[in-house]
Amino acid sequence: MDSVALFLPQLFNGLSVASLYLLAAVGLALSFGLMRVINMAHGEMLMLGGYLAWLTLMVVPGAFGILLALPVAFLGTAAIGALVHMGLIRRLADRPLDTLLATWGLSLILQQAARDLFGAIGVEVRAPDWLAGSISLGDVVIPSARLMIIVMTLLVLGGIALMLNRSRIGLDIRAVNQDRMMASATGINVRKVELTVFCAGAGVAGLAGVLLALLGPVTPNAGQVYIVPAFLVVVMGGLGSLTGTSMAALILGLFSALAQIFFDVSIAQMLMLVLVILFLQIRPQGVVAVRSRALDV
Amino acid sequence: MSDALLRLEGVSSGYGQSRILWDVDFALPRGKATALIGRNGVGKSTLLSTIMGLRPLISGRVLFDGRDISRLSTHQRARAGIALVPQGRHVFPFLTVEENLLSGLAARRDGRRTIPGFIFDLFPKLDAIRHRKGGLLSGGEQQQLAIGRALAGDPRLLLLDEPTEGIQPNVVAQIEDALRHVRSEMGMTILVVEQYLDFAWRLADLYAAMQCGRIVRSGDTGTETADTVAHLVHI
Repeated sequence: MDSVALFLPQLFNGLSVASLYLLAAVGLALSFGLMRVINMAHGEMLMLGGYLAWLTLMVVPGAFGILLALPVAFLGTAAIGALVHMGLIRRLADRPLDTLLATWGLSLILQQAARDLFGAIGVEVRAPDWLAGSISLGDVVIPSARLMIIVMTLLVLGGIALMLNRSRIGLDIRAVNQDRMMASATGINVRKVELTVFCAGAGVAGLAGVLLALLGPVTPNAGQVYIVPAFLVVVMGGLGSLTGTSMAALILGLFSALAQIFFDVSIAQMLMLVLVILFLQIRPQGVVAVRSRALDV
Repeated sequence: MSDALLRLEGVSSGYGQSRILWDVDFALPRGKATALIGRNGVGKSTLLSTIMGLRPLISGRVLFDGRDISRLSTHQRARAGIALVPQGRHVFPFLTVEENLLSGLAARRDGRRTIPGFIFDLFPKLDAIRHRKGGLLSGGEQQQLAIGRALAGDPRLLLLDEPTEGIQPNVVAQIEDALRHVRSEMGMTILVVEQYLDFAWRLADLYAAMQCGRIVRSGDTGTETADTVAHLVHI
């Protein structure tokens, strides 16, 4: 087989994997940057997004149900994010270890709940015909679903960048991120900003869940598969920087896909871990160093 | 005294178990500038933090414009009309000058979304450097920015913590002019913590001196000289 024909589709796969890593990681990165919170239940937002997509398609079958599933999953997981933030994260403010344990517990509860409600085997979201095919570019065949994932990710990323740099809530988020005490003294409602960011992060993970459902069945463990790489992306990206997170997702997504040309999936995963460890040895601050709240003092 | 904009009644406050302010009674008359003086560590900054809601009250009440604000959070107090220019200035380092000033609009109740022009009249320098990041400014520029940001929120009470610390004399003069302007022309009430007594006496109508977490002496800067007061309260 022609090596280019092998390499290019895998490159494309890498881009779509990177996109999913990024969508999964962006909420983690933003809430870590803002609140120093590590949310172990973040992966379950992907899982819930997947199930919400399945439920939406049950109610609205047909070609465009999947487009309806995107806002449904975003709003649904954002609402659950709001409950998690108000019921758990906010109550455990400044207790990082307790937050870690509590959100881990929540993650187990959500997985078991999904198992009880939807069964352990998982459910299949059938991509509509217009997404099931593929697009040919010369010799290279690109599956439409993966193209959709990449396009959606670019849209989400652009939306977040616009929000952060051009809107009032974005200004508030950056102010809180840089100096929390001063932000509250200028009249910014810090709790509201934190809640907004947490919900938006959960919502984006929900979107990722819908896209994930296009590639394979939605299982109660769906979130677990992506959460570890997502954490790696956040750490490698520089803890809380959007640019760094995007670049790290790209590096790890491409690396993982290309490694799978030569090795099986487990070895590729292991090599990815080795890559992150080596990278952090050379550049411990991550791709983009952010002056964080913890370093302010 | 009914014309007090801010009144502290029996206020005690501190950090965790350690109490810094002890049963402070204090009133700020409307439209006047008051200098809060005293040696390092007597609780001047803690008093400002307590007014702003950044330090929890152990006991007592804080009344602003006759309303008990003791239980309001910091951002609610900012929106009620109290602005803080903290020690060390705390400009947002990665926001531009313009964005720093825009952030101050969060405290306004009229929903205004643009920076009031008078801020650039008071500090023309800020207009010239409006696209520069806050963290890259000199100390004097940061101080002007921090005051500008506080004024952007249209406060009725302006709290300043050591606004002249580490600032060159011509900028100090500019800051003095600006503060005098907002007090006299805009009727703003000012409470300024200041080590530099000459500045305090030039700007303020009244003074309050602190020792060991209490206000031990207060009066009129017109009738007592800075030297006399400094001697009496051991500054």
